[in-house]
Amino acid sequence: FDAFPEKLLMFCSFWGTSLHCKTCWVMFNPKSESFCTSGTWGRMLSKKEKKLIKEMWERLTPVAEDIGSEALLRMFASYPGTKTYFSHLDISPGSAHLSSHGKKIVLAIAEGAKDISQLTVTLAPLQTLHAYQLRIDPTNFKLLSHCMLVTLACYLGSEFTPVAHAAMDKFLSAFAAVLSEKYR
Amino acid sequence: MVKWTEEERRIVRGVWEKVDIDEIGAELWARALIVYPWIERYFGSFGDIFTTTAILNNPKLAALGKVVLSALDTAVKNIDHFKAMYASLSRQHYEKIKVDPDNFRLLAECITITIACKLRAELNPQVQATWQKFLSAVVEAMSSQYK
Repeated sequence: FDAFPEKLLMFCSFWGTSLHCKTCWVMFNPKSESFCTSGTWGRMLSKKEKKLIKEMWERLTPVAEDIGSEALLRMFASYPGTKTYFSHLDISPGSAHLSSHGKKIVLAIAEGAKDISQLTVTLAPLQTLHAYQLRIDPTNFKLLSHCMLVTLACYLGSEFTPVAHAAMDKFLSAFAAVLSEKYR
Repeated sequence: MVKWTEEERRIVRGVWEKVDIDEIGAELWARALIVYPWIERYFGSFGDIFTTTAILNNPKLAALGKVVLSALDTAVKNIDHFKAMYASLSRQHYEKIKVDPDNFRLLAECITITIACKLRAELNPQVQATWQKFLSAVVEAMSSQYK
């Protein structure tokens, strides 16, 4: 599959939480981890993209609190419905809850970025948490992902090139899809 | 029609003032095609748009970026009644170009992120929220004639 031209790889896309390969129409089932003729989630991103994502999140780990809390604040401001999941926390700007929660989220994403082909394994405990305890409507993952992209754009400026943006969008989509795997 | 407070109008104008139409126009379609490559289906007459380098250097894309931002300029300057002004644009995209209206939302996201890279901390959460409210109204206006 690595021999496939990049253009074909790019043609795979998401509808909701299911993924179809546009070249062979095989539906990607995260549970069986099948994807066209090859193995894992890791195939959605090229080697170059996986390396880029890994490096970016390594750089962002020291400022996990700042990035995480900003992404959350952006989400609460743009999509007030998301605040309904946080009535038990103080989510005002600068609050300790916001910092620690933001940090937790970014560190989990960074952990996933270390080995993208193992995403389902790495996220197994978080899958259970989100599906059975938190039960956050998975549409919200897209909202947080978008706000994460805006946060990164503001933080990195022109370094957040279209290529970096594309890779990050794909990674966050994959992350969200794996996270919602146990919902039903 | 969407309601705008004085504060929201000020914020939208404030963001727009900082947008360099040449600079942002060139990057905007590059970002859209690189992040959402299926948009290529509408660009059959644009020449080479199949590699990152080609996309970043395609003059037709840069020109189209300026066209889009000029239309946005109309919306900023007529924030209370641009929906009617956008009717023919919407009809053109529906009947002639046959664009899936979800692409308006994708382009809006690319516009926000392109602007975020330039404005950085100035695009704080509140500004982002207001700017996105404005772009949602634009997306709605662009979708209005799809029936």
